[in-house]
Amino acid sequence: MKNPYLPTPMKVEKNVIETGDRNIKTLTLSFLNNKDEEIFNFIPGQFVELSVLGAGEAPFGIASSPMEKKHIDFTISKVGLVTAQLHNLEPGDTVGMRGPLGNGYPIELLRNKNIFIIGGGFGFSTLRAFTNFMLHPDNRKHYGDITVVYGARNPGLLLYKNELSEWEQRNDIQLHVTVDKGDESWKGKTGVVPVIVKELSIDAENTTTLVCGPPVMIKFTLPVLAELGLAPQQTYLSLEMKMKCGIGKCGRCNIGSKYVCTDGPVFSLAQLNKLPQEY
Amino acid sequence: MDYKTIKKSEITEFLDNLIKEYEIAAPIEKDDIVVFDKIKSSNGVILEYSNSVKSPKKFVIPQFETLISYNTNEDTTNVKEHLDEQKQFILFGARPCDARSFLFLDKVFSDEKNRDIYYKNRRDVVLIISLGCTQPQETCFCTTTGGGPFSSEGSDLLLVDIGDDYIIQVITDKGAELVKKLGLKNAQKDELAEMDRVIKKSEAKIEPDLELNNLKDKLDNSFDGSDWETLTEKCLSCGVCTYLCPTCHCFDIVDEEKNRKGERIRIWDSCQFPHFTMQASGFNPRPTYKERYRQRIMHKFSYCIDNYNMVGCVGCGRCISECPVNLDIRQVLTSLYYSMLSGRT
Ligand SMILES: Cc1cc2nc3c(=O)[nH]c(=O)nc-3n(C[C@H](O)[C@H](O)[C@H](O)COP(=O)(O)OP(=O)(O)OC[C@H]3O[C@@H](n4cnc5c(N)ncnc54)[C@H](O)[C@@H]3O)c2cc1C
Ligand code: SF4
Ligand code: SF4
Ligand code: FES
Repeated sequence: MKNPYLPTPMKVEKNVIETGDRNIKTLTLSFLNNKDEEIFNFIPGQFVELSVLGAGEAPFGIASSPMEKKHIDFTISKVGLVTAQLHNLEPGDTVGMRGPLGNGYPIELLRNKNIFIIGGGFGFSTLRAFTNFMLHPDNRKHYGDITVVYGARNPGLLLYKNELSEWEQRNDIQLHVTVDKGDESWKGKTGVVPVIVKELSIDAENTTTLVCGPPVMIKFTLPVLAELGLAPQQTYLSLEMKMKCGIGKCGRCNIGSKYVCTDGPVFSLAQLNKLPQEY
Repeated sequence: MDYKTIKKSEITEFLDNLIKEYEIAAPIEKDDIVVFDKIKSSNGVILEYSNSVKSPKKFVIPQFETLISYNTNEDTTNVKEHLDEQKQFILFGARPCDARSFLFLDKVFSDEKNRDIYYKNRRDVVLIISLGCTQPQETCFCTTTGGGPFSSEGSDLLLVDIGDDYIIQVITDKGAELVKKLGLKNAQKDELAEMDRVIKKSEAKIEPDLELNNLKDKLDNSFDGSDWETLTEKCLSCGVCTYLCPTCHCFDIVDEEKNRKGERIRIWDSCQFPHFTMQASGFNPRPTYKERYRQRIMHKFSYCIDNYNMVGCVGCGRCISECPVNLDIRQVLTSLYYSMLSGRT
């Protein structure tokens, strides 16, 4: 029988600084054992528990697309014990991984829909994974228009800058990158995410929205989505809670009777509206 | 069902026989309190007791346990799973409420999708010989939560005290096998009549107070009600209720390391502690005793029904008798049940 607490050994390929404040890094891992790689399948929006022996485990959303073989990315903001240790890792080091965990984005339900992606902070990482998944040549035809609004507090805090420029060049994705406050060299949009969202004309009828970001962004964006006519059943959020086990046992990540680690982290707004407001 | 009998005077011999083949835990007195501990002989086992202060859940979810250990050399790390071979184990003299708690824990830890292998290894070897309650305590409310002083749910064998003898109710195949091996006598008609009388008398002492399904509806509607604040005001968030509760099972996972050798440990935790749900950002969805106590009640009496089709409380009364500020879960439930305020949404 499988031991759900046993981490799979992973090798660090890269660990690169993403942001000007050096507080966010993207960690690229590969499998040490082929057997582990063969059985690892995930869908965008799922997460894992990463562990540094001696420091402990913490949950992170998978930032790369499942279409990319051989490596898995995580974008990690340094806030405490485990994240600091993860920042210290160098190529060749070993790290433990348990997963994939959670439900992920409802990729089957999203087929043939226009997809509206709204992200902020490191919460953008799983949305980046899903966007790259959709943009893959094998998958692009299964999705309608793709619109992405992505915001950061300032230009230095934007993630995946090279990839964002590549997306800019494409004509099959509408990208709106914004910062709360620009600097001299910033030529893009300025304004918080909800304000930018409000300015867009979205065909509410056939559009599904995926939102992930800091609580304030979510709080002010949801009313705007309602104004745009996007129904709660068509709006999905990826949530964050304190987690330990990731498999519905340790008892700390629930909202009402739902465990964010197993029933989530992705919930439709319609589902959330039925749950207690305790998140 | 099969019924066997055994003389009270033969119980010590019965236990000493079992000890030869099984690991056995039984109620014994230690520092003036009754606890369940592994025993090497029948000496000191007490069967005239109300209930142990600590629940016997520790035999399937120990307070600390090593999940994995590792040691690091120059360039290799060896990781070892701690899945030790378990010896056949008998939990003797458990109360029916505690036996039922094992059924509840099974639902949490032995689900199809994410089966907890550490739990399963321990649980698979457990045989429960429980002891029905002829004298329920003032704090007992097992009948309200779906059990009873002679409930056989979760037990393999159930003893009923009829004076000079115990009737042994044979509940499961596992129990039947053990009884067969021991060659116990069948119970006689008059003994069974006495058993029925004893059971009825005891059950009459704790009639159920509330109707569980109605309670769930009321609780679901009272989540945002103002009652919680006043009802829970005196809670200290000490976590005693959760540590002693036979169904509470929340845990933390931490690493401990010394000289490049370390262990990943699972350790009991409590939803009553502020850090339990504190996120790295500093945001805490359950910042005060009010939200935390509410979680304890909602989890047991609403969420568990949704998720496991069973309430997460067996009515053992430990959280009532041991709470330092006498916060009585029955009073909280009753207040919410009958509260006019909680009718609101
Ligand atoms: C599903 C999911 C997906 C996630 N995805 C990502 C992701 O993609 N990228 C990402 O960066 N994060 C992600 N997170 C968040 C991430 O898991 C947390 O940031 C991480 O667990 C922090 O772990 P840590 O050990 O570094 O922090 P901790 O050491 O636990 O500390 C965090 C903070 O709490 C404080 N603290 C810790 N202990 C105490 C104490 N005893 N008393 C007072 N203060 C204390 C610390 O000072 C620090 O500020 C995700 C979370 C979830 C649930
Ligand atoms: S209810 Fe009582 S035992 Fe439980 S945390 Fe509060 S004060 Fe402690
Ligand atoms: S909540 Fe209290 S009465 Fe119910 S099982 Fe736990 S300790 Fe016993
Ligand atoms: S993280 Fe343990 S129950 Fe969800």
